[in-house]
Amino acid sequence: MDFGAMVDYLPLFEQAMWLTLRIGWIGILGSLVIGLVVAMITHYKIPVLYQISLFYIELYRNTPLLIQLFFMYFALPRVLGVGIDAEACGMLGLALLGGAYMAESFRSGLEAVEPIQTESALSLGMTKAQVMRYVVLPQAVSLSVQSFVANIIFLLKETSVFSAISLMDLMFVAKDLIGLYYNTTECLVLLVIFYLIIILPVSILGTVVERKLRYGAFGS
Amino acid sequence: MELLGLDVLFKGSNAMRLLQGLGVAVEISIISVVISLVLGMLFGIFMTWKNPVARVISRIYLEIVRIMPQLVLLFIVFFGATRALGLNVSAELSSIIVFSFWGVGEMGDLVRGSLESIPVHQYESAAALGMTKGQIYYHVVIPQAVRRLIPMSINLVTRMIKTTSLILMIGVVEVMKVGQQIIEANRMVSPNAVFGIYGTILLLYFLVCWPISMLARHLEKKWSN
Repeated sequence: MDFGAMVDYLPLFEQAMWLTLRIGWIGILGSLVIGLVVAMITHYKIPVLYQISLFYIELYRNTPLLIQLFFMYFALPRVLGVGIDAEACGMLGLALLGGAYMAESFRSGLEAVEPIQTESALSLGMTKAQVMRYVVLPQAVSLSVQSFVANIIFLLKETSVFSAISLMDLMFVAKDLIGLYYNTTECLVLLVIFYLIIILPVSILGTVVERKLRYGAFGS
Repeated sequence: MELLGLDVLFKGSNAMRLLQGLGVAVEISIISVVISLVLGMLFGIFMTWKNPVARVISRIYLEIVRIMPQLVLLFIVFFGATRALGLNVSAELSSIIVFSFWGVGEMGDLVRGSLESIPVHQYESAAALGMTKGQIYYHVVIPQAVRRLIPMSINLVTRMIKTTSLILMIGVVEVMKVGQQIIEANRMVSPNAVFGIYGTILLLYFLVCWPISMLARHLEKKWSN
């Protein structure tokens, strides 16, 4: 292995890592917001929006992110006539994909909270909104932490397809350098190291958070 | 039709070519799924062993599968194997290797989870009734574990099919690549083909994966008690 070359490549990989992190985390935050909103719509079965949400969840859960991005980045602007910035497209694509997965996690958490919790809170004189905010949602969230963490890791892994819409992420840099200098082994080692830097902390943090937030399981 | 670029689909054998491209993706995922199911079962049983060496090995394997993006694994096999071992691995073969490697890990974890979800008292009660070890597994444990396992492994199949879209990035000619070729060829005649073709591909993936996920959900509901 040529360590000199690896040191030379470091800045390029580091820059790409920041791009992946930026798009990844903004996308994940977006997916949590979308997921919560969609889960609320499906929970209260708001007409029209409910059907749209179900369709959205099924569509995004059953198609690959790569094709979704191609569609959003190359196809939609062609017909709508408005272009979209590659980075914004990546964030939006990840948020929409993640939203569908997060909505399912929220929903299974909400379903796991027993009806007696809602009934008791209502009989104490809480309003419907208060019941959701103070009683049901905290338990639902702590029950679905495990699947949130799994989704976050899944979404961070999915960021690897962004090079397809010409974003200069880790995969793009690696492929580019392999093509230029044929230092295949060095580039692949750096690629693995940088993905470990991005995903390993989340994996470890997930285990810790999961242990801390188990109170939901004892609430019932 | 013109506006949405759907007219391109009916020119020549374009629709047929797209379906053939999808066929390549589905074929690769079916081969990988079969390998993952068989080896994954064995790996799952291996993971329930109390042997510390077995635990460390399966732990490391599982973490690699969990943390590394499938695309990175594809790059490692496709670009790295050629370099390190001097083998010329075709793009198709390296995608089958990677998806099987990934699938065996995921499947093994599902098998382990479903075996461990059977409460100890099931084993103990069966033993108290005088069943032999083989009988306990055959009549008590496996029927229950399989009911938990099947819906989850069907979901794994849809994930496998969705992940095959990545093989575009190492140059396998599958549905996306065919789509790009069609779009390039018709750039002048119907510039909106990009919408029609990518829209069709999105729909094709949906039509393949959606019924499979519905089946998984149906079985999960049916067997949940």
